Amino acid sequence: MPNFYSDNSDILFHINNMDLSAVLDLKERHYSDKGQYPEAPQDYEDAMDNCKRLLDIIGDISGNFVAPRAPAVDAEGARFKDGEVIYAKGTAEAIDILNKAELMGFTIPRRYGGINMPKTLYAMAIEIVSRADASLMNIFGLQDISDTISKFSDEDQKQRYLPRFCSGEVMGSMALTEPDAGSDLQAVMLKATEDKDGVWHLNGVKRFITNGCAKISLVMARSENGMAGGRGISLFIYERDSDMKIRRIEHKLGIKGSPTCELQFKNAKAELLGKRKMGLVRYTMSLMNGARLAIAAQAVGIAEAAYREAYSYANDRIQFKKEIREFSAVYEMLTNMKIAIEGGRTLMYETSRIVDIKENMEEMVDEDPSLKDKYKEDIQKYSRYAGLFTPLLKYFTTEMGNKVCYDALQIHGGVGFTTEFNVERHYRDIRITNIYEGTSQLQVVGALGGVITGTVSERLDEYEANNNFAPIADIFDKAKGLRASLEKGIAHIKEKGDSTYQEYHAERLVKIAADTVISYLFCLDALKSDRKKKVAAIFIAPAQRRVQESLEAILSDNMDLIRLHKDIIDQGE
Amino acid sequence: MGLNILVTVKQVPDTHNIKGDTMKEDGTVNRAALNAIFNPEDMNALEEGLKIKETLGGRLSVLTMGPPRAVEVLKDSIFRGADEGVLLSDKRFAGADTLATSYALQAAIRKMGQFDIILSGRQAIDGDTAQVGPQIAEKLGLNQLTFVSEVVEVTNSFITVKRSIENGIEIVKAGYPVLLTVTDEANEPRPASVKKVMAYKNLTTKKDPSPAPAVNDKGVITHIKEWDADTIGADVSLCGLSGSPTKVKEIESVVLTAGDTKMVGADKEAIDALIHELTEEYIIG
Repeated sequence: MPNFYSDNSDILFHINNMDLSAVLDLKERHYSDKGQYPEAPQDYEDAMDNCKRLLDIIGDISGNFVAPRAPAVDAEGARFKDGEVIYAKGTAEAIDILNKAELMGFTIPRRYGGINMPKTLYAMAIEIVSRADASLMNIFGLQDISDTISKFSDEDQKQRYLPRFCSGEVMGSMALTEPDAGSDLQAVMLKATEDKDGVWHLNGVKRFITNGCAKISLVMARSENGMAGGRGISLFIYERDSDMKIRRIEHKLGIKGSPTCELQFKNAKAELLGKRKMGLVRYTMSLMNGARLAIAAQAVGIAEAAYREAYSYANDRIQFKKEIREFSAVYEMLTNMKIAIEGGRTLMYETSRIVDIKENMEEMVDEDPSLKDKYKEDIQKYSRYAGLFTPLLKYFTTEMGNKVCYDALQIHGGVGFTTEFNVERHYRDIRITNIYEGTSQLQVVGALGGVITGTVSERLDEYEANNNFAPIADIFDKAKGLRASLEKGIAHIKEKGDSTYQEYHAERLVKIAADTVISYLFCLDALKSDRKKKVAAIFIAPAQRRVQESLEAILSDNMDLIRLHKDIIDQGE
Repeated sequence: MGLNILVTVKQVPDTHNIKGDTMKEDGTVNRAALNAIFNPEDMNALEEGLKIKETLGGRLSVLTMGPPRAVEVLKDSIFRGADEGVLLSDKRFAGADTLATSYALQAAIRKMGQFDIILSGRQAIDGDTAQVGPQIAEKLGLNQLTFVSEVVEVTNSFITVKRSIENGIEIVKAGYPVLLTVTDEANEPRPASVKKVMAYKNLTTKKDPSPAPAVNDKGVITHIKEWDADTIGADVSLCGLSGSPTKVKEIESVVLTAGDTKMVGADKEAIDALIHELTEEYIIG
């Protein structure tokens, strides 16, 4: 009877130590649902108790229902037949169970049938589900669709759509990507035209649409004739009818249970969501930031699953008359994997808390404009933080997850390369995480702004000002050393004022920022746990070496690669 | 319209996770060493009841007999979709065998009202008797369908089920009222609804003798009813230890250990010899 929540001591450490009072107070609008809904919490303590019970149920479903079905879901995959997508048997059964547990209106307000949970809990839940079956996350984790409707559509649309999502009657997809608009979403071509009765019609093709077979899609389309770029794009709510055809689904390396569809819209009726021209610049950006947090959680979950496989194999496998975990080459890998996952997790919760505070303050101001002055400064600050932390998190966790799965397979040796063991599935499933919802290279671009303009320093200042690190001074001094290197790197890049040089070192600078921020977060965790002191110490030592190497490269002013790369990649001897 | 459904459930020691300290030296069960859990096949009975309610509508009640902490199985049932819970709890029910248990339960059921379908698990993992369900049916004069492994069809006037019997299955149709005992082949029980857990986690019992639903004007369950022997008008001489003709003579803790292994040839002669040996030892035959 494995429960993927209660068997995870690191998640338990966080849920038992994190202060969600500000987050829950905002999400619960100062507990204003109390008395109106029998499931609404009375106060913070009650809300936290609800959160823990919720995670326990998700842990139970994931461990006992979803995980045992995952190998078969991977083998069977989603299929395409006669123009329709057929989920693998285990996927369909899991969707039914998630609906019965009433988990499909996760962040939606109670008045629409949801359970009104903050994003932090959603991230925790996605990690737990992804550990069981990464491909199920692409259905469970698509609740950002209804969340986007909840945030930006009008009341009438909310009434018509949200209860259907919450009850499980409909699921969603986000139809953004096109054959010629992948990373560059400003190039979207699918056309939206408004007829004389004010009804919008969609024409064009969308590609790589996760769960594109869903009943409701949010479709990004060019609504402004002749207006190029992001400003000409609006977002539409489309409910499936015969005017949209699924042309095919992709055959993929991993997450095979998740159907990836190509959609053709032929004069398909749709409704505008929110305001015209705001489709990409506001709504899709918000939607994608939510999705990036979800993908980060997916990566942490897959990494956790792979780590556990490797740990168990290293304990069982005997070579040279001892368990292979006794060899330093193996235990070093296991230690680094475990610490990297815990680093991803602490960064994830930090990010999700920031996002929760920002989004709920924004929503509250929308609901009651008189709050604008009260929350204005905080909204600006937390928007800066969210703009930095979301790409930093996605970059770190998905790259980390790939490395963890690589090492987990390595620890298995030859059997890891066979389908007899689960680790090869995790190795395939993790591979998409640093590609979709924005590649790692794009996350670097996204995070770099917040690093260069001082947002990262602003947050680090807050950690220093609001906490007493004296009990762990020796470890914290080293973290501060990392920060000094980070500031030096930032100063040098700014001083140089060369955009090519800045772009060239962007990833190195973002890596230093990630190492520094995670070191600070580990120090905060270490104030609450002796074990985390050890974790911080073992993370920071190699981080110092990594940071030193990156800083040297940044300070070197060496432009050889920029100058010479064409001679290398275009020419032979 | 819809059906009136009752599920009888039991809290049992988790005998699937027996450890060294499970049996006391005097041969009785050390209940403190075992977690109390929802009897697994009662969970299958509940799931089947919930499915019927989803198909035809109606109302699903849950009844248990046990100490005050047995309220947990009623709450678990409500978390999964039951509409009401009744806890039958009284020191005078303690020490009941199957006869005394079924006597008390049938008296409670009479008090609760008329049911179209009563479901129970085939058997509980503590006693493994599979007797209480059939005894309730007998005492209430109901048709009974035991060992139900699948509900084939259910309508407002009849139910058709598959029964797992020795050497095969039997398909049987019955009108209402009827009592079913359900096996673990029937279904995979659903998880709790998080919304119901949040709404009902603090639900407590209340001595409320009324058979009317314990809900407020919004249809929200207000409490679990706690009934004792007097509430159900039971003859206490037929309850608990005094109503139980079963006497435990001795309990033996049997630990099965694998002994030697023996290879047997794949020819007819060797297999005949093995069959002979197993018959001689009364292992088969």
